Amino acid sequence: MKILVAVKRVVDYNVKIRVKADQTGVDTANVKMSMNPFDEIAVEEAIRIKEAGKAEEVVVVSLGVAQCQETIRYALALGADRGILVQSDDELQPLAVAKLLKFVVDRENPDLVILGKQAIDDDSNQTGQMLAALLAWSQATFASKVVLGEGDASVTREIDGGLETIKIGLPAVITTDLRLNEPRYAKLPNIMKAKKKPLEVIPAAETGVDIASRLVTLKVTEPPQREAGIKVGSVTELLDKLRNEAKVI
Amino acid sequence: MPSYRAPIRDLQFVYHELLNADQTLASLPGFEETTADLVDAILEEGAKLFEQKIQPLNQLGDKQGCRFEAGEVTTPDGFKEAYNAYIEGGWGSLAVDPEWGGQGLPETISFMLEEMLTSANVSFSLYPGLTRGAISAINSHADDELKARYLPKMVEGVWSGTMCLTESQAGTDLGLVRTKAEPRPDGSYGITGTKIFITGGEQDLTENIIHLVLARLPGSPEGIKGISLFLVPKFLPDDDNEPAQRNHVSCGAIEQKMGIKGSSTCVLNFDNAQGFLIGPEHRGLACMFTMMNAERLAIGIQGLGLGEVAYQNAVAYARDRLQSRAAGGSAAPQLSADPLLVHPDIRRMLLTTRAYNEGARAVAVWTAVNIDLSHRHPDAAKRAEADDLVSLITPVIKAFFSDYGYETTALCQQVFGGHGYISEWGMEQFVRDARIAQIYEGTNGVQALDLVRRKLFIHDGRLPDRFFRLLADYIEQQRTNQPLQPYLTPFIEALNLLRDLTAWLTEQGSENPNQLGAAATDYLRIFALTTSAWMWLRMIAVALENRDGNEVDFYRSKIQTGGFFLGRLLPQIHALNMAVRSGSDLLMDMRDTDF
Repeated sequence: MKILVAVKRVVDYNVKIRVKADQTGVDTANVKMSMNPFDEIAVEEAIRIKEAGKAEEVVVVSLGVAQCQETIRYALALGADRGILVQSDDELQPLAVAKLLKFVVDRENPDLVILGKQAIDDDSNQTGQMLAALLAWSQATFASKVVLGEGDASVTREIDGGLETIKIGLPAVITTDLRLNEPRYAKLPNIMKAKKKPLEVIPAAETGVDIASRLVTLKVTEPPQREAGIKVGSVTELLDKLRNEAKVI
Repeated sequence: MPSYRAPIRDLQFVYHELLNADQTLASLPGFEETTADLVDAILEEGAKLFEQKIQPLNQLGDKQGCRFEAGEVTTPDGFKEAYNAYIEGGWGSLAVDPEWGGQGLPETISFMLEEMLTSANVSFSLYPGLTRGAISAINSHADDELKARYLPKMVEGVWSGTMCLTESQAGTDLGLVRTKAEPRPDGSYGITGTKIFITGGEQDLTENIIHLVLARLPGSPEGIKGISLFLVPKFLPDDDNEPAQRNHVSCGAIEQKMGIKGSSTCVLNFDNAQGFLIGPEHRGLACMFTMMNAERLAIGIQGLGLGEVAYQNAVAYARDRLQSRAAGGSAAPQLSADPLLVHPDIRRMLLTTRAYNEGARAVAVWTAVNIDLSHRHPDAAKRAEADDLVSLITPVIKAFFSDYGYETTALCQQVFGGHGYISEWGMEQFVRDARIAQIYEGTNGVQALDLVRRKLFIHDGRLPDRFFRLLADYIEQQRTNQPLQPYLTPFIEALNLLRDLTAWLTEQGSENPNQLGAAATDYLRIFALTTSAWMWLRMIAVALENRDGNEVDFYRSKIQTGGFFLGRLLPQIHALNMAVRSGSDLLMDMRDTDF
């Protein structure tokens, strides 16, 4: 079995995000970038499946600027076998990403594609679903447990108010939730070996895929500053404010 | 609870931009693959492990300490798991020769990781740190059989190493060592005696502990010329190299102490334990110095590591804590008071810490690059030159970094006011943990003597000559660098002062040996401040070139911190210079009975 894992290079989760002065987006200049944490979980799951003897190869794909190679190298240091970068300097929105991933899937013919359920930068939560639709494959999103069978997979999903276990036929797309696993730390010798693993770069223009943006960002702003609280004189006043001002009861 | 983020950008600045280490190191045989992206990936992954797995154990380890029962030591909760993660990741053997299972990376990278590890948890760092030192001593001096038997498992980290020098009557003066080594018919030795203050002498992290022990052979000469070095394992390995028979070495007690409580400090009793000679008879101290020099540098790094983590937490507190209004009118009128950061004296404490830290980091990494050059440069003359510089700077790093580390952890504690004195905030632990670095591995007074009595004089003064020429050459190169001139002036002054004082001291010292001892500590500090100033000047030069690029804030703050160092910290040299020149009479004239 071959597993394809998609990873995205995002602003590190520890970085305090700053909105650009012209409100066109988030300032990413000289900001520490890392692999999207949900994608780390996806890589970890694929490697565990391989280590359990149920897969022969884990291929990591990323889409975006040349520096995404660093993100791919990190996945290779964690234990993936080879990498593919579909390189583009344009902003790639979920539909474009899904189409480019379909292009890679058509080339690689994996049995399973694992992705993070969403990226922590745009929080779209769309790519996995769109990819499954484009491929006409089964999908299991928000996975917190994956058990592979013969030609199928039993996936426990995190849903509102509990867990749901479904069985899907392979090939399939699975997106990972936080509790699926705890990603490992890369070992020093593996960081060194990762440099020697194959990493193919395909310019997005050569894929023939239409990656034009379908969405326009009008404005990006900081969340409103939290205002200072007030003291209320009595419980009656509190109830009144909750009912008539905050309108929460 | 204190937090820590590894200063990756600052390390990258020093490594890539200031020292251009990528080019220097990648040109050395064996380091061809040490490219910038690999170095960055290593720093980031190491930082992650230390921040997430090892730092959270720091305060816990201090509170719980090591426990001793029936000869066994239990390290604080979580240490074993973290240690396993550390060795399984290959972090303990980063710079060790691949022949023994190491990664064969430059020492320079190991130094940078050591800073992060000591910031995260000094107590923890000592266990793998001593093992690393023992590996280098064994690798340099033991015979092939001992190497093959002991190195692979030590490099893997499943066995650890210790350094057994001190006895109750023999501290600084190792000539007083009494532990005996009796030759046995099979070529090994029976080791008998008691060693104290043995870091990691007993612990529950590794399956075997390899002690390197200084002891005396029968009929050996008095003093340090009669001391030999022995390898004494806790368990004697069987033919498959598994720990088998328990050797006659046991832990009698562990010390209760001021800081580094997560590190076990042991009394070790050797009762005719089987040992193996390392290196020639009676040359034990020289062999041990391989390990001691490495440890001295590592201990200097502890001052830097603690200064850095203390700074980070003090800045966070100074931003957050509202007390009093700014002198020139409120900076934040909507709040009940202004943040501490508006007050000049708070800034003095923070900038003092930061300026020392960043100067020290540059000196440390520069030294590490020279260590790599001294090991691997194809040209023997270049190797010797680099070795001279490392040898000269080692006592300076050990003493100055640990002295300023203690000063700055206390300054950062001070930023917290009363809360700094309360254990929960973790600042007082940094101060307690920093204190030992001034003492162990040769007190800072001994380091200063090593500098003024030995390093200034050996090879007819070749070491300081080389170093001063390097600094003078730098000044010449920068004469035409216009933007740098305002910063260059105080440095030229400092170098002239240091050279004059060195000449004065060497002359005085040959007439009256007490002059050297009386001057040593202050002289070392002048030396260290001038060395840091040199690094600051170079950092400012790099920052000036980049100040209009796309990291404006980063480079501006480098220039300003450097300006603070040159304007407010470097001037100490003038007072120290006067103190040194007051001579030894002020110390020696007072009668012993008048003390």
